[in-house]
Amino acid sequence: MLIGARTVLEADDLTVERGGLPVLRGVDLSVRAGEAVALMGGNGSGKSTLVRTLLGLLPYQRGAVTLFGAPLRDFRDWSRIGYVPQRSLAQLAGSKVKEVVAAGRLARRRPFRPLSRADRDAVDNAVTLVGLAGHLNSDIARLSGGQQQRVLVARALAGDPDLLILDEPTSGVDLEHQRVLAEVLAGLLAAGTSVLVVLHEVGPLGSLIDRAVVLSAGRVVHDGPLGDLGQHRRFGSHPHHDHGQPAEDDHDQGAETLLGGAP
Amino acid sequence: MIEILSYPFMQRALIAALLTGLIAPAIGTYIVQRRLSLLGDGLGHVALAGVGLALLTGSAPIPIAVAACVAGAVVVEILRQRGKATGDVGLAVLFYGGLAAGVFLSGISGIGAGGLAQYLFGSLTTVTPGDVQLIAVLAIVILVTTLGLAPQLYAVSTDEEFARTQGLSVRLYNIAVVSLAAVTVALAMRTVGLLLVSALMVIPVAAARNLVRGFTATLLCAVGIGVATAVGGAAASFYVNAAPGAFIVLLAIAVFMLSWPVSYLLRRRNAAAVLPELVDDDELVAPHTITENHPHRHAPGCGHPAVQHGDHTDFIHEGHRHAVHADHYDEH
Repeated sequence: MLIGARTVLEADDLTVERGGLPVLRGVDLSVRAGEAVALMGGNGSGKSTLVRTLLGLLPYQRGAVTLFGAPLRDFRDWSRIGYVPQRSLAQLAGSKVKEVVAAGRLARRRPFRPLSRADRDAVDNAVTLVGLAGHLNSDIARLSGGQQQRVLVARALAGDPDLLILDEPTSGVDLEHQRVLAEVLAGLLAAGTSVLVVLHEVGPLGSLIDRAVVLSAGRVVHDGPLGDLGQHRRFGSHPHHDHGQPAEDDHDQGAETLLGGAP
Repeated sequence: MIEILSYPFMQRALIAALLTGLIAPAIGTYIVQRRLSLLGDGLGHVALAGVGLALLTGSAPIPIAVAACVAGAVVVEILRQRGKATGDVGLAVLFYGGLAAGVFLSGISGIGAGGLAQYLFGSLTTVTPGDVQLIAVLAIVILVTTLGLAPQLYAVSTDEEFARTQGLSVRLYNIAVVSLAAVTVALAMRTVGLLLVSALMVIPVAAARNLVRGFTATLLCAVGIGVATAVGGAAASFYVNAAPGAFIVLLAIAVFMLSWPVSYLLRRRNAAAVLPELVDDDELVAPHTITENHPHRHAPGCGHPAVQHGDHTDFIHEGHRHAVHADHYDEH
């Protein structure tokens, strides 16, 4: 695997415990420049925990995270990263779409300076890119679920990031929206942006994915092209599971999801 | 109105009311957004400990109350960030501790708990020139921060995790918000009183949310309502000889009550103007009539009524709708 300047994100032997229980156990993950990596696995496999740890939102007990060549602790170049969290609008309700998206420019702005021409253009472009140009002044709470998700994507894109990290952007939204998202991501990948996307099932994004990393019970059980996943299941490269539980459970949970079946 | 301006004590009262009406909703917008509506109430109790200490030492109450209040707010925020104040228990201990300390300290100072009453309910007419100066300076600090740092404070108050991925020091901004709220509470003990200041931080914001759309608009509208009710209440209480703090809060609640039917009417008008979303399929968009030779450029405010139509805006024009499409207008 190519390591060095071309690796935009790297986790090495990452171990995260929450409330004394291990959630991630020795996870290795890397995303190279221009690469689209899918992070997959069943419910509770540690996907969201991994993504939030990589962004410095959760503490980790062992290992190392490197963003654009800098240790996470020293990383300051936040405008290079665009984060699309799982959709939750609890506190965003009542905001206009353009207000939400403008927050994505903050890594490039200094305190006490008004929104510049460039900021405004970036917000307009990002909102247009996700197909919501007519909704700049709409209350985000009055949009459909898919549209709200696209607003969060636009917010991440407004900062013109080199690495886009999306946490389950396709969950709970219809196929039409998933296709729009796939188009947007295809355009970004063509422009050289790297993408790390948490997926519950492959869906319309599958054709864009260069590599899939599969987590099961906090461990990486697969790291390779999406197409190998079927083989992986057949030859049963053995996923680690808690032997106190029926072994079938976490095998099948992972495998079914990977093959695009119902969650 | 001219008459009451001739009394120096009323001049000071009106200035103090104006400044309170300005700053309480400005910081209150962020507090409400963070769902800490009752924080101001709790901080009022902590401020009382400061007042008690001031009575005991015979010093000016406002500076000591400001210090006590900020210290209390920062402690609460740090406990919250560390995850230590998961329940409301930690907050309750701090707040009732403040109240008890205030009553206790004023008791041993010989003035007694009765001396606290003017701070609990405000006493606008006894505001001194020194008070006005202090309130004015701190009001400027609060306004410059809440407006100048609006984008950062907005991001931190609405989506803390996203704000962190923008490299913002969320901890620092959160401490700034609660500290400014603490200063506001302590300042307002002279105007609306410690027990009622929280109302002025929350109610104008709640009313503004019913009336306007978007965070910035809500902030500005809330400040407008705050100023109008604070000055109006202070002036009116002079004529009817009522307690100004209570009058101000009742006025604010009246505005809030009125905002419900108004918001209902506004929403109905907007809903009527939104047509169903267009289907994206090209085949389905059959009535694609291109207007020939249309010299007028439609834009918001061009004189033609604008109608939101799914993902774009139509302009009503001689009995039909014009929609911008590339370099021409579609009629539909």
